[in-house]
Amino acid sequence: MKFRAKIVDAACLNHFTRVSAMIAKLAKTCTLRISPQKLNFIVSDKVANGGVSMWCELEQENFFSEFQMEGVSAENNAIYLELLSENLSRALKTAQNARALKIKLTNKHFPCLTVSIELLSVSSSSRIVTHDIPVKVIPRKLWKDLQEPTVPVSDVSIYLPVLKTMKSIVEKMKNISNHLIIEANLSGELNLKIETELVCVTTHFKDLGNPQSASADASQDRDPEQMAEVHIDIRKLLQFLAGQQVNPTKAVCNIVSNKIIHFDLLHEDVSLQYFIPAFS
Amino acid sequence: MRCLVTGGNVKVLGKAVHSLSRIGDELYLEPLEDGLSLRTVNSSRSAYACFLFAPLFFQQYQAAAPGQEALRCKILMKSFLAVFRSLATVERSVEKCCISLGGRSSRLVVQLHCRYGVRKTHNLSFQDCESLQAVFDPALCSNVLRAPARVLGEAVLPFPPALAEVTLGIGCGRRVILRSYQEEEEADSTVKAMVTEMSIGEEDFQQLQAQEGVAITFCLKEFRGLLSFAESANLSLSVHFDAPGRPAIFAVKDSLLDGHFVLATLSESDLHSPAPRSPELRRLAPPLQAHSTPHLDDFANDDIDSYMIAMETTVDSEGSRAVPSTSLSPGLRPPCSPGPYSEDNGAEASTQPGTPPPKKFRSLFFGSILAPAHSPPGPSPVLAEDSEGEG
Repeated sequence: MKFRAKIVDAACLNHFTRVSAMIAKLAKTCTLRISPQKLNFIVSDKVANGGVSMWCELEQENFFSEFQMEGVSAENNAIYLELLSENLSRALKTAQNARALKIKLTNKHFPCLTVSIELLSVSSSSRIVTHDIPVKVIPRKLWKDLQEPTVPVSDVSIYLPVLKTMKSIVEKMKNISNHLIIEANLSGELNLKIETELVCVTTHFKDLGNPQSASADASQDRDPEQMAEVHIDIRKLLQFLAGQQVNPTKAVCNIVSNKIIHFDLLHEDVSLQYFIPAFS
Repeated sequence: MRCLVTGGNVKVLGKAVHSLSRIGDELYLEPLEDGLSLRTVNSSRSAYACFLFAPLFFQQYQAAAPGQEALRCKILMKSFLAVFRSLATVERSVEKCCISLGGRSSRLVVQLHCRYGVRKTHNLSFQDCESLQAVFDPALCSNVLRAPARVLGEAVLPFPPALAEVTLGIGCGRRVILRSYQEEEEADSTVKAMVTEMSIGEEDFQQLQAQEGVAITFCLKEFRGLLSFAESANLSLSVHFDAPGRPAIFAVKDSLLDGHFVLATLSESDLHSPAPRSPELRRLAPPLQAHSTPHLDDFANDDIDSYMIAMETTVDSEGSRAVPSTSLSPGLRPPCSPGPYSEDNGAEASTQPGTPPPKKFRSLFFGSILAPAHSPPGPSPVLAEDSEGEG
């Protein structure tokens, strides 16, 4: 098992740092999947912990100037590492004005993902920061729990409003209720709703638009006005929204009534899928 | 005692109080002929700090009223800190600051003369006290490094704020290495912390008088305190240190002031092996980065094969992690040589029964005073006043 990669471009480095900061906001621990073409950050919570799952994918060649890896075996050419996402994010934050950054898998009595950063300094001298992030190598037989989630056939698929707006609304709703109802229909309307014994608050968004392909097949004969709704844990939604520092280039939400909500985001060339299951 | 500080020096004074507040809860204010000294010591007596502001630092400086002896006093750090709480406000609005002690009021009076004729008067209650003085001499330390505070400030930046201790040492190629220190328990536990290492070339230092392989471990918080003072005053900071376990002295100096922080360093663990190791052995031991921090050259063109790791990805990958170790090389944590310093522990135990120094830090006062040359017969150099003063 080998892994070694290098970033030299400042823009790529910044972008990668932002991705790691986003992951750190979304989950305490995550799995990093390394394969010849792609890097994935994976979260797959146990049902007892809320059952949230995340699948973040980026093409390695968009970030790394060098990328060498050798997986467990030729037919299973991948490496799965579990790490504290905070560690990776903190390590990358020190690379703000770096000349180059290298990531490699090392064995320092225990497996580590070693991030070494060559910093630019005012003088011509070189400064090097090295972070050894302890990782857990995930054995082959557990890989099956960490596969790309299949996107469920949704009842309604809708574009999301500006996430910052959504976040400030959900933040306030969180003070009133722990549950949130998201409902949407095929004519571009999305509602965020909380209901308690004393008060019922709904925020309406309209003219959001529905993506063509997703809504075309499964929900063809669906009444465009009919709402599909899902009850979720408001904290999980807020955590997801708080993790989005920059508005994504594309943000779609797919609702399977009373089952699950699936967010599909695209940040330039990084895709993020986030699943929050409904309260049963 | 009466002194008057004006202009930008008010902020310098405030900044010094801020950095002292990282160490102790009480501030010892002592007017001396060669300036006003502000001192503090932490509760476990493992860190001591003092600033001496020369008479020229002040617009007016009078250590004592004519014909009288200078008074010294001890005040609560937090009440003095409150005067300078917001340095931004101090810088913006305070034109001069007058500190007086004695006279008719039995208070330490700090007056801030602000813009628009606003005058803020703080009357702080104080206690009489003995002089607080740690015995240390930077000249006796065999290792010295000195660099602009900015360089050291940038060097500690990558370390997490919660990190308690950092190891400073000289690695191969005479590069200065800072590395996060992990306690053994942490290192052995299943949840391991990230280890960060900073490596700086010799050329960033104004002075580097230390051999490869030497290293000390000390508290980062106090060091950051002095660093932020030195950075704001744009000074160089020098570090004087000796063997692990001996106090390290961090000093800043310019024509108007000097500051010294004396911090205990972690003594070499005596948990591993009773066999004492000679200093020579210690020196020869591999320096900090036994297996990391490639040099610039390595950084540019290292070979992937050297990073190959042989790990089983089957269930028993646990096994590979059971190795009890830290990533510190043995050179950093060799077994203790109890010999020359053993009396320190005794003195410490008898003098400070209630406040054992944390971890393996030695109480630096007793450590240094009990060196044979210094051991005084009488009680004259008071290290720390009686805990229950008459107040």
